[in-house]
Amino acid sequence: MTKEIEKAGITIVQMANLIPVAKTVGANRMVPTISIPYPLGDPATPKEVQYKLRYHRVGVALDALSADIKEQTVFKVKI
Amino acid sequence: MKKAILYLNQFFGQIGGEELADHAPEIREGLVGPAMELQKQLGEGVKVTHTIICGDNFMGSRTQEAIETILGLLSDKELDIFFAGPAFRAGRYGSACGNICKAVKEKFKVPVITSMNDENPGVEMFRKEMYIFKGGASAAAMRNDVKAMAGFANKLLNGETLLHAEEEGYFGRGIRSQIWLEPPVNAADRVIDMLLKKIHGQPFKSELPIPPSDLVPISPAIAPEELAKMQVALVTSGGIVPVGNPDRIQSASATKWGKYDVSGLDDLKSGEFMTIHAGYDPAAANADPDVCVPLDALRQYEKEGKIGGVYQYFYSTVGTGTTQAEAARMGREIAAELIEAGVKAVILTST
Repeated sequence: MTKEIEKAGITIVQMANLIPVAKTVGANRMVPTISIPYPLGDPATPKEVQYKLRYHRVGVALDALSADIKEQTVFKVKI
Repeated sequence: MKKAILYLNQFFGQIGGEELADHAPEIREGLVGPAMELQKQLGEGVKVTHTIICGDNFMGSRTQEAIETILGLLSDKELDIFFAGPAFRAGRYGSACGNICKAVKEKFKVPVITSMNDENPGVEMFRKEMYIFKGGASAAAMRNDVKAMAGFANKLLNGETLLHAEEEGYFGRGIRSQIWLEPPVNAADRVIDMLLKKIHGQPFKSELPIPPSDLVPISPAIAPEELAKMQVALVTSGGIVPVGNPDRIQSASATKWGKYDVSGLDDLKSGEFMTIHAGYDPAAANADPDVCVPLDALRQYEKEGKIGGVYQYFYSTVGTGTTQAEAARMGREIAAELIEAGVKAVILTST
């Protein structure tokens, strides 16, 4: 899906846990998530911690949309 | 006694060569050319009652007419299974076999089997819709190719346990099915075995084979000042939908997607949205759908002015068991809507 949307000329970032799969399938901008069942917030942690992580990683994804990349890139996250 | 019918082109149907490639479809009682070998390999349980012959150009340039004629010729025949080819590396013949098999399968709901060489363009065109056995490059492989088709046909007709595509010898159709391993080795042991092999530099076989990638051009970077004026759309393969799943998106092997209005919403509330994805434990995403579709965080960036806004709808489907072809089609359909709406930036979350 990511590829088809990108092919249409839309700038897209994929947030995925299985980065190797996203990469092999052909996503160009990728931001890691923390798991499959809860990509952006570990339910074992307090709500505020989950939100902080989500806010951070979505911010990385937005920055990825602005990044001038030359090849497939996995963007680094801090939390 | 089960009944089978075989489709051949003008050449293998012994009508003639290229000059007779416009030959109109006809049906003959009994066995013509490769049908004799097919009958021999099928044995006594199945009778090849008729042979259909159609010129490759007739099928290629007047496809609809050819298909309708052939379906008409078959309509009063008893049919338990349908064969076409083998087509080897012949492109037009492969495409013809695929076209007629597809139509016969849809109309008469019987299994269809053909055979092509991996270089035959018919393989990529039709492999998802039928059994295409991996055939030789030329008619020299006739006996082997027919034998493979017939052996599998007998297994199918006798209701025997079918192995997966690679072991049976046909091109994978992109269908997943649950199997019991013999001997039963659990996933943890299998993955450790693979890891040990990897560490020791030995060959190992992944259980998640991924086709070679085919990259798309990188879409342009959006300058931050542009992004600050832009609508960003959320798309997910995590199966988040309004409770009740109004579009009835399938929980696995999805062929449908939905779009859901989030204007006026600051986040996706539990009890209003949920996941219908059958490929992961839904507890966390049901308790807080934002962990999968991060609307709350994106709204915050909207408030801060990092983005111009969140696009009115988020798009959702389920990415488990979904074939790449279906995923690509849904991706194209979603892209077309986004382009229409003038959306230039997307965050896609996958699970």
